[in-house]
Amino acid sequence: MSQTTTDSPVRRQRAQLKVRTLRTDRWWLAPALTFVALASFIVYGFWAIFDSSYFVEPYVAPFSSPCLATSCPEGARFLGFAPFGDWFTLPPGILILGLPAGFRLTCYYYRKSYYRSFWLSPPACAVSEPHKKYSGETRFPLIIQNIHRYFFYGAIVIGAVLSYDAVIAFRNHEGEWGHMGLGTLILVVNAVLIVLYTLSCHSCRHITAGRLNHFSRHPLRYKAWTWVSKLNAKHQQLAWVSMFSVMIADLYVRLVAKGVITDLQFF
Amino acid sequence: MTYKAKFRVWRGEGGEGRLEDFTVEVNEGEVVLDIIHRLQATQAPDLAVRWNCKAGKCGSCSVEINGKPRLGCMTRMSTFAEDEVITVTPMRTFPVIKDLVTDVSFNYEKALQIPSFTPPKDVKPGEYRMKQIDVERSQEFRKCIECFMCNNVCHVIRDHDENKPKFAGPRFLMRIAELDMHPYDVADRKDLAQEEHGLGYCNITKCCTEVCPEHIKITDNALIPMKERVVDRKYDPLVWLGSKIFKRSSSKTG
Repeated sequence: MSQTTTDSPVRRQRAQLKVRTLRTDRWWLAPALTFVALASFIVYGFWAIFDSSYFVEPYVAPFSSPCLATSCPEGARFLGFAPFGDWFTLPPGILILGLPAGFRLTCYYYRKSYYRSFWLSPPACAVSEPHKKYSGETRFPLIIQNIHRYFFYGAIVIGAVLSYDAVIAFRNHEGEWGHMGLGTLILVVNAVLIVLYTLSCHSCRHITAGRLNHFSRHPLRYKAWTWVSKLNAKHQQLAWVSMFSVMIADLYVRLVAKGVITDLQFF
Repeated sequence: MTYKAKFRVWRGEGGEGRLEDFTVEVNEGEVVLDIIHRLQATQAPDLAVRWNCKAGKCGSCSVEINGKPRLGCMTRMSTFAEDEVITVTPMRTFPVIKDLVTDVSFNYEKALQIPSFTPPKDVKPGEYRMKQIDVERSQEFRKCIECFMCNNVCHVIRDHDENKPKFAGPRFLMRIAELDMHPYDVADRKDLAQEEHGLGYCNITKCCTEVCPEHIKITDNALIPMKERVVDRKYDPLVWLGSKIFKRSSSKTG
């Protein structure tokens, strides 16, 4: 073996391993499952947006709520409000799709998951990515990820609307209060999970008090920050369960609306 | 319980080298570094490995074991099957000096580029008064043992050597976050983090957090909060407007 010095070119080289990774575990499994789950969500979302069975008294499918067009049935309109007139002929879900979709697309957790599973950058830790160049989030289009907090503000509105939908679901098909069906339960669970996911957001954590350097001068904001931080530690889990809950809730309402299943009434 | 394990160890000076096979004795309770030392003692006396404390606190014995960045002294042999071939290679992001020893001077050069703690001019050493809740966040980052496995695993420089001049790596972006969150630090570090040390290159895929032997939540507690602080400064018009209307400094708030 020849002697090298600090100046020799070979000393400036990394280990010349010819393989992409030496990992022996099933590192590909997590990105593969993530890819399947996220792709399924996207496919379902596209179908749901163009599906017209989004309302059955007293339930509104989450993917189409708030329903803001005059084409929405009377009971489906959010607080009776329909600012988009007859001229808007597209499915009403398109009007609000951007907020929840943008929130999840720019979410710090989802970014990790789709950078790994869709863009393979990297597919897993210590596994080489296939791209020759990398500029991360330093330039267009990925620099847009920095507007995540604005989608967070929008997601708060969506969380409030879904909570309202869950409350009005405590009515029967005739609109009388004090009733509950399986759909009510599903919409309540979904609203809780969506709100928890929204509040566990990293931008929310920053806005509550993360941007401060003197927590002791802001005890209430610090208290809020500790609470959001606890939720934030579960952001990944909340991202997944809320994604599945919104899909299940949406599908349930549509199946009831289509008459495929009958809503189970508790009281 | 003693058995013979199959090891493949990277041997070579500089980047040129190869994986050499060894069969070596393993005893109950041993860690990978023990086995490397047994190889030195019995079969490969010139095998180079950097180590010091054997307690997971000095950060010297960072290597890659079966492709994953690990501390040799903290990786128990009992976590492997007895018939498993265990591959030990040097950290892949840094140049190799010899065998398992890498030249990690990249990290020290980056450390030098970060302005040190900058207290207000009117506060003398000894006059600092801080409440525990104000320094708790920064203290988590002080657990770092500088094993540099986070910088080693980060794909920004692991897969793209050309990014090294522009990117400080998670270790030193965490250092910037530590100082930026410090109640007595007045230096402006947001532009520095984004423009000089490449915070924007981080795509938060969390490998740094996954490999940290001190379990520091590098991504969630340092890099993302720092990204949000940069957004305050550079990308959020409302914060900018607020800072103009209320004459609030956006460099060090609250």
